[in-house]
Amino acid sequence: MQAEEKLTYETWPASPERSTLEAKNKFLGFWLFLGGETVLFASLFATYLALKDKVPDSSHHLAKDIFELPLTLTATMLLLTSSLTSVYAMYHMKNFAFKKMMVWLSITVLLGLGFLGLEIYEFNHYVHEFHHTFTSSAFASAFYSLVGFHGAHVTFGLGWILALMFRNYKRGLNLYNAPKFYVASLYWHFIDVVWVFIFTVVYLMGMVG
Amino acid sequence: MSTYAQKKGFGATIWDYLTTVDHKKIAILYLMAGGLFFIMGGLEAVFIRIQLAVPNNDFVSAGAFNEIITMHGTTMIFLAAMPLLFAFMNAVMPLQIGARDVAFPFVNALGFWLFFFGGIFLNLSWFLGGAPDAGWTSYASLAVHSKGHGIDFYVLGLQISGLGTLIGGINFLVTIINMRAPGMTYMRMPLFTWTTFVASAMILFAFPPLTVGLTLMMFDRLFGANFFEVAMGGNTIIWEHLFWIFGHPEVYILILPAFGIFSEIFSTFSRKRLFGYSSMVFATVLIGFLGFMVWAHHMFTTGLGPVANAIFAVATMAIGVPTGIKIFNWLFTMWGGSVKFTTPMYYAFAFIPSFVMGGVTGVMVATAAADYQYHDTYFVVAHFHYVIVGGVVLALLAGTHYWWPKMFGTMLNETLGKITFWLFFIGFHLTFFIQHFLGLWGMPRRVFTYLPGQGLNAGNLISSIGAAFMSVAVLILLFNIIMTQVKNVKVGNDPWEDGRTLEWSIPSPPPFYNFKQLPLVRGLDAYWLEKMAGKKGLTPAEPIGDIHMPNSSFIPFMISLGLFIAAFGAMYHVDDKPWALPVLIIGLVITFGSMLVRSVKDDHGFHIHKEELVQEEKGAKA
Repeated sequence: MQAEEKLTYETWPASPERSTLEAKNKFLGFWLFLGGETVLFASLFATYLALKDKVPDSSHHLAKDIFELPLTLTATMLLLTSSLTSVYAMYHMKNFAFKKMMVWLSITVLLGLGFLGLEIYEFNHYVHEFHHTFTSSAFASAFYSLVGFHGAHVTFGLGWILALMFRNYKRGLNLYNAPKFYVASLYWHFIDVVWVFIFTVVYLMGMVG
Repeated sequence: MSTYAQKKGFGATIWDYLTTVDHKKIAILYLMAGGLFFIMGGLEAVFIRIQLAVPNNDFVSAGAFNEIITMHGTTMIFLAAMPLLFAFMNAVMPLQIGARDVAFPFVNALGFWLFFFGGIFLNLSWFLGGAPDAGWTSYASLAVHSKGHGIDFYVLGLQISGLGTLIGGINFLVTIINMRAPGMTYMRMPLFTWTTFVASAMILFAFPPLTVGLTLMMFDRLFGANFFEVAMGGNTIIWEHLFWIFGHPEVYILILPAFGIFSEIFSTFSRKRLFGYSSMVFATVLIGFLGFMVWAHHMFTTGLGPVANAIFAVATMAIGVPTGIKIFNWLFTMWGGSVKFTTPMYYAFAFIPSFVMGGVTGVMVATAAADYQYHDTYFVVAHFHYVIVGGVVLALLAGTHYWWPKMFGTMLNETLGKITFWLFFIGFHLTFFIQHFLGLWGMPRRVFTYLPGQGLNAGNLISSIGAAFMSVAVLILLFNIIMTQVKNVKVGNDPWEDGRTLEWSIPSPPPFYNFKQLPLVRGLDAYWLEKMAGKKGLTPAEPIGDIHMPNSSFIPFMISLGLFIAAFGAMYHVDDKPWALPVLIIGLVITFGSMLVRSVKDDHGFHIHKEELVQEEKGAKA
């Protein structure tokens, strides 16, 4: 199959993300890239665990003092839901339903923006309430690096999905852009999986001390 | 009319190389840039040996010496050995599996330009206030408070070039998994392709820890973070772990492709199938796996405790087993073969005893208890130069002679090649053999001078004389290259006459689409099989048809240039320079803007039409 071909609902392949050689390469290459990203976050997690609650003196707040469940749980729910809505988007992509895919992608982006807003509020809150800044202690540096790296990934993912939506708004789906939507959604899932670990290791384990 | 045969002006050629996505041209770029950095690293080595030739020498100051040893190690590993191996991987691997290009030609170009700009950035430190001076390992306890911007150059330069290596690794993996010609099963892949495959997988998992380590160091030095600031709760051992979780796999990333090059050379010039092919593949994969389990043997004296030391010592010694399998397989490949002593074969032959010596001292330093004596002495310096020079550099020199005709269509002079070999081989052992003893006699590594009357004079002088031999060898190689290119005597498909693998079945250099028709592979050593069956070349696996090719692009250059500019902004930001922040932002805008352009602009590539291919064939025959 050729990437430029005009396709209809009837001729649309079952796995459009893997139906040309370019698409297959992209699909596999992106999975491998996510493998590398996993090691990247693993290194950041290891650093965080080694430096958790490592502060210069007792005037600094520790993990159990600053984290609050309602805020992070809300953020978690937003991001988890956005992962689900991106699955719906890909479901419609596979069924050649471009409009429906765009609707679900828009919802995904809105949820992602909500998550990002909460994270910005959260960081701001820590800085002003607890003087927990990037430079205040090794613990704080490690916390902001790990969670901030994730936040940067969310930001990049939002920009990426939005760029794809605007670029293809008028022309609909074809075998050239379908793999692009697909790997962007893979990226979004990956961000979500990393967050599950951050929620557990940083926030839940942090709150119990 | 093919663009391939057209004569081009100088400017057009430059533009062609700036925008190329052709793996063969990218290979030439890697070879030239890697060669340039190899010479710079070599000059630094010469300065080290001049300074240490006699006691109490003042050829360079102590501070400058620290910068020179740091840059020698960093340049040789990241900017010379890696890119030179990438040159051969790019030039040969796609041909060996019968592919028309790599999986991501655009990413391939991006990988090169990232490496190149990272390397240039790192080396600009010499002119902008001083080079990094905390050793190539740049331990945080030294590096965090190093004055000036040297360490910042190290951190940012390696970050940029490391990204290039990482995406290069992903590209090779996908190429080998998805783009093999019909019949090219995994267990028919040439050993060089196999080692490229395993080394690429190691790159994928080893480089992210370095990325994180460098990021933490950057945050500490440039943005006031406290990862390595002990008074603020930080811990410098984190750097040691992250660095070596990358650093140890890195040495296998270097040596495995070197093993691959030698495997090709041994079987070609013994005119015999590689002995124990499947055990070679198994040993390669096993080394790749074990390579990740041994990083803490660099940290025996850090104080991790006897249990950790014992586990890592045993794991390290275990790597000797698959390596031993390989050594014996090479010996048995030559056994009973009809051995032809060409220049590449000289290097391959010399590699075995040289590398085994490095392996033996490797087991010695792996013995944790004994390592307390060897640690940070010249014994360790001798050990790792025996494996890296005796393994990787000999492989690079061998590969240069072996694949030069395939890359450039001309044959390097054999006599000059053999002179290069003898000078380099003698110089290498002269330089490094005595360093084992210097270490055992108590000479610490990284000292800028020593006192007379300690029994170190003669040994150091011998070592420095050896370095002169190696320098002359490299000069003769350069002379050989220039002479060969000036004479420009073109050679045919299979200039060694004993080529076994697919790259020798097509013209030298290959046309830009590599294979007019994808070949049908019928076994290991596919080309050799067909020759033995009395055929001229491989059976095509497809009729002549349109060939899909990627478009050239200037975007990889721009993405890399943006990061290069941004790095200056990030670095001078700490000096409160008013222009630093705008420069940082401009650089990042260039990078991300170029990425956005790449994303929204459709790039379908182009087709070479069947008629052109047929016409070209007729033209060639007429």
